[in-house]
Amino acid sequence: MLDLPQIGQPVSRLEGRAKVTGTAKYAGEYNADGLLYGYVVNSTITRGKIVHIDTNAVKEIEGVIEVFTHENRPSLAWFDMQYSDMDAPPGSPFRPLQNAEIKYNGQPIALIVAETFELARYAASILKVSYQGESFETDLYNHQNEARDPKKGVATLLKPLPPKPKGDFEKAFSDSAAQVSAEFVHGTEHHNPIELFATTTIYEGEGKVTIYDKTQGTINCQLYVGNIFGLHFKNVRVISPYVGGAFGSGLRPQYQLFLSVMAALQLKRSIRVTLDRQQMYTFGHRPPTIQKTRFGADSDGKVNAINHTAIGETSRHEDYTEVVVNWANIIYPAKNTILEYQLLPMDVSSPLDMRAPGGSTASHAIESTMDELAHKMKIDPMQFRLINYADIDVSENRPFSSKELRQCYIQGAEKFGWAERNPEPRSMRRGHKLVGYGMATGFWEAMSIPARAEAVLTREGKLRVSSAVTDIGTGTLTVMTQIAADELGLPLDDVQFCYGDSKMPFAPIQGGSFTLATVGSAIKVAGKALRKKILKKAKEMKNSPLKNASDGDVIFERGGISLKSNPDVLISFREIIVANEDKEIKTTNMSVPNVFKLKNYTRAAHSAAFVEVEIDEELGTIQVKRAVTAVAAGKIINPKTARSQILGGMIWGISKALYEETISDHRYGRYMNQNLGEYHIPSHADVHELDVIFVEEKDEIINELGSKGVGEIGLVAMAPAISNAIFHATGKRINKLPIHFDELL
Amino acid sequence: MEIVTKSTRNVLQPRLLSLRVNGVPRILEVSPWVSLLDGLRDHLDLTGTKKGCDHGQCGACTVICDGKRILSCLTLAVMKNGSEITTIEGISNGDELHPLQKAFIEHDAFQCGYCTPGQICSAIGMIDEKKAQTRAEVKDSMSGNLCRCGANSNIIDAIMEVKERRNHA
Repeated sequence: MLDLPQIGQPVSRLEGRAKVTGTAKYAGEYNADGLLYGYVVNSTITRGKIVHIDTNAVKEIEGVIEVFTHENRPSLAWFDMQYSDMDAPPGSPFRPLQNAEIKYNGQPIALIVAETFELARYAASILKVSYQGESFETDLYNHQNEARDPKKGVATLLKPLPPKPKGDFEKAFSDSAAQVSAEFVHGTEHHNPIELFATTTIYEGEGKVTIYDKTQGTINCQLYVGNIFGLHFKNVRVISPYVGGAFGSGLRPQYQLFLSVMAALQLKRSIRVTLDRQQMYTFGHRPPTIQKTRFGADSDGKVNAINHTAIGETSRHEDYTEVVVNWANIIYPAKNTILEYQLLPMDVSSPLDMRAPGGSTASHAIESTMDELAHKMKIDPMQFRLINYADIDVSENRPFSSKELRQCYIQGAEKFGWAERNPEPRSMRRGHKLVGYGMATGFWEAMSIPARAEAVLTREGKLRVSSAVTDIGTGTLTVMTQIAADELGLPLDDVQFCYGDSKMPFAPIQGGSFTLATVGSAIKVAGKALRKKILKKAKEMKNSPLKNASDGDVIFERGGISLKSNPDVLISFREIIVANEDKEIKTTNMSVPNVFKLKNYTRAAHSAAFVEVEIDEELGTIQVKRAVTAVAAGKIINPKTARSQILGGMIWGISKALYEETISDHRYGRYMNQNLGEYHIPSHADVHELDVIFVEEKDEIINELGSKGVGEIGLVAMAPAISNAIFHATGKRINKLPIHFDELL
Repeated sequence: MEIVTKSTRNVLQPRLLSLRVNGVPRILEVSPWVSLLDGLRDHLDLTGTKKGCDHGQCGACTVICDGKRILSCLTLAVMKNGSEITTIEGISNGDELHPLQKAFIEHDAFQCGYCTPGQICSAIGMIDEKKAQTRAEVKDSMSGNLCRCGANSNIIDAIMEVKERRNHA
């Protein structure tokens, strides 16, 4: 039998059977004896105080067990730090039911606990609350002059502030042969995973809980619960084997976790709290952002001046930041720059990372500005990118660890048929429909952080690897199993990857496209350590043919260890286990990125997106008829799941460009379309021909796998490619997303 | 305040329903305000049917009732006394997966998997309706089932493969 390396194989998702047969259980699907149901009540005002909550009437209902409000919330942790989680921005984390103060519309103000779901929901619907309202502000656009610099904190490490100004922007800009200035705006967006946020807390006795939670970080939630409720960490177990999408919304512990655990500990009963769809709009969102750009180029088409500023919304209690303005000068090597990022606190819940946070916002402004500049200079948009290709990162003056963006442009354009584009706007049509071609560059940082993994050679001679990491649908289970399999040269059937449980070795929150590099590297380190241990045992065996073999002399293959010089020599793992008194062999190791080496390089995945839109000339209706995204993201561990990740990102890009937005009524400070009927995302009928290319890219610096994550890179370039295609089709440059048909009439 | 009075309590008295769920006769004792979706999930522990919106907007709760695809969140359990319900747990033939289940795995037609049971049940109902023929028609008639991960094109690929194989059979 040929032992293929598993890395690089298009393996179907290993949890596929569980997901298509309905046996995959999500957080709100664990039943327990005497399980109680919690339903949350949310504030209907935007700012002010709760004057009174009439809990007595509701408590009289037979079957209602308790009503928790700020008045009977148990005394808990005092310091902000105890409420902070791995993704907390600088400021004071929101504390559910802390006091009578209302900070935002939809803030949770009470939890009804009842014997049935229906009863809890009914009681929540009739709970009488009186408020004393205060004036509030939620309209970012009309308060731009109040924006200020963001505060610094631990989160700033992963989200660096903008670099300082460089050269003399104003002079360079005014001397430019061509100049473009523009303003870009996008509204609030909500993650809206299809699975509702839910926590089932199983009460295990005094001070001990097992929690099934919808989260992107089991250990993040474990520490949060332990800190706030003063429980021993070992008595708090957080399990999330299946997560029905999250897209960033599970990076921080959400309020249903807090409320569920609080109620379980107070009532000494097991309880489930599931949010409803409307409540999915009452925590975290992509902040509306206003961007301004001024780009100038020399007569030879080289961009020499870049000014990119952004004002992002945040809450009044936390300084949530995104990396928005840092990208342009990494992608395009201008010598004169002014890059500024400011925050504007509003009476809203804290924003929260949402798929490609910052990057997808930035690329809309950068890539639309580049498109307009190319148009002004009568240069083909792709040619313009090639003229301005950055061979090194001039913003940090360091090389890229790898960058095959040029191949993304070339291969993407070829596959798409970019050469057939007539450069003149409004020049291509199909019947009564205008046709437009647009393209854009995508960029996403390739990060990795420390993590631990355990690797075990089981008594059956198989491999079991574990990590606390979640799988939010990205394919983590499958790719980690593939990585682990190659460590011992085993087929996938002989490898088990255990995950989604805070009892397992440490993994950080799953996001930012860094899980593959982070947990994958930990598995590689543990795999190497395990090989060493197994070989040592094999050498110690009686009359071992490997007695004098060193690491380099052996191969782990065919379920055992063989000698390179003599493949007939094979000691099976099972034999080694027998020699080890039938005990398993295990190791737990930590991987730490080599910061001293990595800091000398800019590390990023790149992409180029090419889009064709078709626009009805009379009705203005817009369809993305086809799109090609070419991606350079290092080694692709699993081309099948990676392709799906990119396709998903592309559809998110279509959604961002044409459909999704949470609309506020600023008179009430309230979101008006808190449901999936009015918060539009692409349906099947909106998705047409999509194609993905993975460009060959070798990266020997970034990590041992040579691999960059692909969770966000499919999204970043799509929205600007679509708005550029709309410009090409219609001659109209619409810089506010999403773009709707009425703006084209 | 008017809450649960004697008369409303009477209305909320649990009713006995008899259903055939996945070929098995089941007795369900539920109040009239329990949706078929919650009846399946909370009372029969059939959690394969998913709740994504509870408003008929996402399609995750789609089940097959008396041969037709329906939204179980917009259906009260008491409305379906005597009905034959098939959920995602009941569509495979023992260990042998339904062709759509196989095609979904093969085409990587899901990521998080949460909309998947609804997509598959809806596709079974859609194919049986025999209305949608072309890919564009299939996309239209599957558009009541949202997918947030963006597996849309893979989902339609999987469905088209099964549908075309059936047309040729």
